[in-house]
Amino acid sequence: MNFETPNIIPAIPEITLLSLACLILVVDLFVKQENRIITYLLSQASLLIVFLLTLFTFTTETQFTFSNTFVRDSMSDVLKLGVYISVFIVFLYAKDYLRQRDMFKGEFYVLGLFGVLGMMILISAHNLLTIYLGLELLSLSMYAMVAMQRNSKAGSEAAMKYFVLGAIASGMLLYGMSMIYGVTGSLDLAEISQKVAEVSDQKLTIFGMVFLIVGIAFKLGAVPFHMWVPDVYHGAPTSVTLYIASAPKIAAFAMLMRLLVDGLSSLQPHWQDILIILAIASMGIGNIVAIAQGNLKRMLAYSAISHVGFLLLGVLTGQQAGYAASMFYVLSYVLMSLGSFGMIVLLSRKGFEADNLADYKGLNERSPWAAFMMLIFMLSMAGVPPFLGFWAKFAVLKEVVAADSLLWLAVVAVIFSIIGAFYYLRMIKLMYFDKPEDTQAITADLDLKVALSTNSLMVLGLGLLPGGLMALCIAAIAH
Amino acid sequence: MIALSDFLILGAILFCLSVAGIFLNRKNVIILLMAIELMLLAVNMNFIAFSHYLGDISGQVFVFFILTVAAAEAAIGLAILVVLFRSKRTINVDDLDTLKG
Repeated sequence: MNFETPNIIPAIPEITLLSLACLILVVDLFVKQENRIITYLLSQASLLIVFLLTLFTFTTETQFTFSNTFVRDSMSDVLKLGVYISVFIVFLYAKDYLRQRDMFKGEFYVLGLFGVLGMMILISAHNLLTIYLGLELLSLSMYAMVAMQRNSKAGSEAAMKYFVLGAIASGMLLYGMSMIYGVTGSLDLAEISQKVAEVSDQKLTIFGMVFLIVGIAFKLGAVPFHMWVPDVYHGAPTSVTLYIASAPKIAAFAMLMRLLVDGLSSLQPHWQDILIILAIASMGIGNIVAIAQGNLKRMLAYSAISHVGFLLLGVLTGQQAGYAASMFYVLSYVLMSLGSFGMIVLLSRKGFEADNLADYKGLNERSPWAAFMMLIFMLSMAGVPPFLGFWAKFAVLKEVVAADSLLWLAVVAVIFSIIGAFYYLRMIKLMYFDKPEDTQAITADLDLKVALSTNSLMVLGLGLLPGGLMALCIAAIAH
Repeated sequence: MIALSDFLILGAILFCLSVAGIFLNRKNVIILLMAIELMLLAVNMNFIAFSHYLGDISGQVFVFFILTVAAAEAAIGLAILVVLFRSKRTINVDDLDTLKG
């Protein structure tokens, strides 16, 4: 057996980020607490470097490396760029929040960067092994991040719940992987796809596939595997919730695409049925339970569950256009989610968390611009034109209608989306028509205000001109 | 000669035991961690059995990775457990009920 040096060029962004994250880990040891901003700047610089590296080596052809365990195609590049941007925004939003709560430590940034590395590996995985390793690198970083606020009871409880449920999900995923391996005798997704199509008795493959879907649904937070989402979003410090609610969704979408579309495409009729059930349950439970929430973080968690339902709608059509619509959905959702959790960060101050709905009463009187930004995010999440969220919902629904005999599903989705509009509109009512209870001035650094304004204007701007992002998603899936 | 199906049944039994352990256990978080470990070992059993009967080495390589990751996972789990015990003074599963709604 001869040893070949693998072609490392396609994996350059991952290798760079790994080295930079290790470097930051060491540098952080020598930085005094008052100079912690250096760690922050280095982390942002690393994200910028990998962003530029990925952008300048952007590829439209599919490259395999490391014995086909790693793939680089335009879908992976676009998703990775989305991950870098969202984590960059997370770090930016989280800075002051962490500072006010004595959590401005290197750990947040190092774990965050390792999480990004995990997401990149997951996005580029072309082998069951790399999927598992990327997923675990991401999950382990997130478990630790949730527990970062060590004296917080809610934080440690959320971390424990997240850990136990996440570990069960990994176990389920692995059990499914072992079954698929047993049927096909291979861990490579392309070989699996080929062999699965040839197998005459599909029973064992479907058995394995069900476990795989359970694992994916856990990571996405789709009903009935959503129990961790509200607790973790609520219990984690908002800076960490920002992280968990944004970039990992992109990675989970990539995992769904790799396992089901790349790996088990011949079982599409079978996984379509399961995804339909997951999608309806997620949209239903997510939107209805969100109405009963008095805590904004919990409300947004249930809203995240319902958005996952919509995200699944595009994938389950089994068409390229459907995948592109889902990709557009996940990217737009991440932008809206960043904005709405960013608003909680903006309104929070030392010793005060603006995470109750009542804290938003009369926001318009306190700060018209903050209320307007929140209005944009809420309307966009509700799917009101001309905001980005409308086009995201429109794109997936269009593909569902275009698919054979799924018209009823589109109708169900629209009904749940109308039910969901209630709690978004209730936020707007609280902000514009109620008297403020909390009259303290909003104090936030300029960079947070500028970034949040840019974020909200992007949601508005991309909503007015959604063509570019949509074309990018279509092109990324097609190649 | 032990058949492949025997190993798979053993793997399935271990897996079910661990899932039952997670959902039935209402007392101690450490037992949850043990059940999670058992779950991963059940998967390892499957992988090794398949790997042996298929004559393909990659399943055994996968097992090494699972073992390594399981060790890292246990480390993080125990670290979270310590944080939890420090703040709540209990590791009873039933007491993890501040977050709900």
